[in-house]
Amino acid sequence: MKIIACIKQVPDSEAKVRADNGAVNWGDAPLVINPFDEYAVEGALQQKEATSGASSSLSTVTALCIGPESAKEALKHALAMGVDDTILVSDPALNNIDTVGAARVLAAAIQKIGGVDMVVFGRQTLDSGSGLTPAQTARVLGWSMLGLAGQIKVEERSVTVDRVIEEGRQSVKAKLPAVISVVQSIGEPRYPSFMGIRKASKATIPVWSLSDLGISAPEAIVKRAELVNPPARESTIEIIGGESPAEIAEKLADKLIAEKAL
Amino acid sequence: MKTLVYIDHFKGDVQPASWEALGLAKSFGSAIAVVFGSGVDTVAKTALEYGADEVFVADDPALLDFRAETYAATLTALASSSTPNLILFPTTTRTRELAAMSAVDLGSNVITDAIGIEVNGDSVVVTRPIYEGKLFEKVTCSGAPQFVTIRGRAFPKPEQQAGRSGAITKVEAKTDALTTVEGYSVAEVGVSLSDAGVIVSGGRGVSNNPSLQPPPGLDDKQAEIWRAQQGFTFIGELASTLGGAVGASRAAVDAGYIPYSNQVGQTGKVVAPDLYIACGISGAIQHLAGIRSAKMVVAINKDADAPIFKVARYGVVGDLFQIVPALTEAFKRKLGK
Repeated sequence: MKIIACIKQVPDSEAKVRADNGAVNWGDAPLVINPFDEYAVEGALQQKEATSGASSSLSTVTALCIGPESAKEALKHALAMGVDDTILVSDPALNNIDTVGAARVLAAAIQKIGGVDMVVFGRQTLDSGSGLTPAQTARVLGWSMLGLAGQIKVEERSVTVDRVIEEGRQSVKAKLPAVISVVQSIGEPRYPSFMGIRKASKATIPVWSLSDLGISAPEAIVKRAELVNPPARESTIEIIGGESPAEIAEKLADKLIAEKAL
Repeated sequence: MKTLVYIDHFKGDVQPASWEALGLAKSFGSAIAVVFGSGVDTVAKTALEYGADEVFVADDPALLDFRAETYAATLTALASSSTPNLILFPTTTRTRELAAMSAVDLGSNVITDAIGIEVNGDSVVVTRPIYEGKLFEKVTCSGAPQFVTIRGRAFPKPEQQAGRSGAITKVEAKTDALTTVEGYSVAEVGVSLSDAGVIVSGGRGVSNNPSLQPPPGLDDKQAEIWRAQQGFTFIGELASTLGGAVGASRAAVDAGYIPYSNQVGQTGKVVAPDLYIACGISGAIQHLAGIRSAKMVVAINKDADAPIFKVARYGVVGDLFQIVPALTEAFKRKLGK
C-alpha cells in the first residue's frame, strides 16, 4: 500500500505570537512539524506496519509538505519517525495560498506520485487552524473523505475508520483510495529512533516546483485584510481568603452569584 | 443580502450554534434555513420558530446519516439554484467537511470559526482567531457564495417563538455516495465544552494530593493517575452542580488524567463560557489563549505566582481538594439543589 502523510511546518505552540506591522511575528520560537501532523505520520506508519505483512509488496509512507526551504526540517522529523521518503513542494508563488489552493497543489503532487492508496492528514494546523484542507484535497481528487479518525482499519481494498464526532463515534467505510484526517486517539506519535535520526541527517529532500507539477499558482479566494492583536484582558484580581475552606467557598459562591456569573 | 443558514443536527438534535447563525443571518437581511436528513420535519419547524423566513429541506432516506460527499453535493446543487450571497454554518465536525467540499464545487472557499462579522453591501469581513487564539485576523472571501462557519457562543441566540410558521420548501437530495456508515457508538456526553455556560477545568495540580492513599498494587504513574481521577471527580461534581462542562489543561491530558476531548486550549478547544473555574492549572500560554473569550475566570491554585491569576477576576490560593468540594456544597445550598 502506498501511503502519503501530509504535513506542515508551524511556529512552536509555546511561541508568543504577535501582529507586527501587519505580519505575524513569533520571535525566536522554533519552527516545528505541526503537532497534529505528528499524529498523521504516526497513523500512516501504523497502517504501513499493519498492511506490510498482508500484501505481496511492502507498504511505504511518503511525507509530503508545502513550504519554504526551512520546511525540510519538518520533513526530516517525519523521516526520523520512520517514513520512507519525503517530498517538499516549494515555490515562491505559493507564499499566499489559501486552503483550496493548498488542496489543489497537494492533489497535483499526489497524482504525480501516482498509485497512492491513502492520504493521511492531521485534523488541523496550529497556525490558521481552519481544518479544511483534508476534505478539500479529497474533493479535488474525487476521493472519499474519512475525517477525524480515531482508529483506522484496512481490509482488502477498503478502509473503515471510527470518526470522533461531538456525539461519540461514527464508524464509516470506504473503498481505497481515500483521504483520512486523524485525531489524537490514533495513538501517541512515536519518538524519532536513533537510526531514523541518522537517516534524516543524511537525507537529500526532493523539491518540486509548480512547473514540476504542471500547474499554475492557485489564486487565494480567502484573503487576509488585517491582522489584529487580541484585546488584553482587563482583570483586577480579588484574592478570596478565609479561616477555612468552607468560609472561602461561602464568600466565593456569594460573589459569583452576586455578579450573575452563573 | 441573501443568506442560507445550514442547521446542523445529529438524529434531530440541533447543534445550538445553528440558531446563533440564524439570528446573525436575520440581522443581515433575508435568512433561509437549510435542513438535510431523513424525517426532519421537526427540525424544519423549529427553524421557523427561531426566525427563519423560509426553510429548504432535503429529506431523503439516503441522507439519514451525515456523509460529507452526499451532503456537499446536495448543498452545492441548492446553492447553485438559489444563489445566496452567503452561507452560514455553526462550526462542527460535520460542517467543516461539508462547507469545505461544497466550496470547492462552487469555486469558492470557507472562513471558519468566525467570532465577528461586518457586512459591506453583499460582502462580509470576518474576524477569526488564529495561532490558537493568540492573534485575530480579518478576512474576506472573493468567491460566490461566501461560506462562513461561526464559533459557538460568539453571537447571541435568538428567542424561540413557539408556533411561528412559514414556508417549508422541499429541495432535491443528491445521493451518490462514496462511503457507507456502519454504525455509531454514542457517548453519554454531558454539556459540550463549546456550548457550556460554565466550565470547571483541572490541570496538573489535580494529582497533587499526597494525603489520598491509592489502592495497593499501583506503580507510581498509576497512583498519580488514580489521584488525578479522584480530583476530577470533585471537579465533575462542581461542574454538574453548576450545569456546566468539565475541561482540562494540556498538561492534565498529556499526563493521561482525562481524555483529549476535554482539553481546552492548544486547538483542543477554544471556549467562551460565562464562567471558567481553573483548578490546579498554572496557565500556560496556549491555555490562556484558549480561555480568552471566557467572560469571567476564577483560579484555584496552591501557587500564588501561577500565571493563571493574572487573567482571573477571583482567586483562591489554596488546595483544590479542600476548596472545590466546599464550593460544591456552598452552591448546592445557595442554588437550592
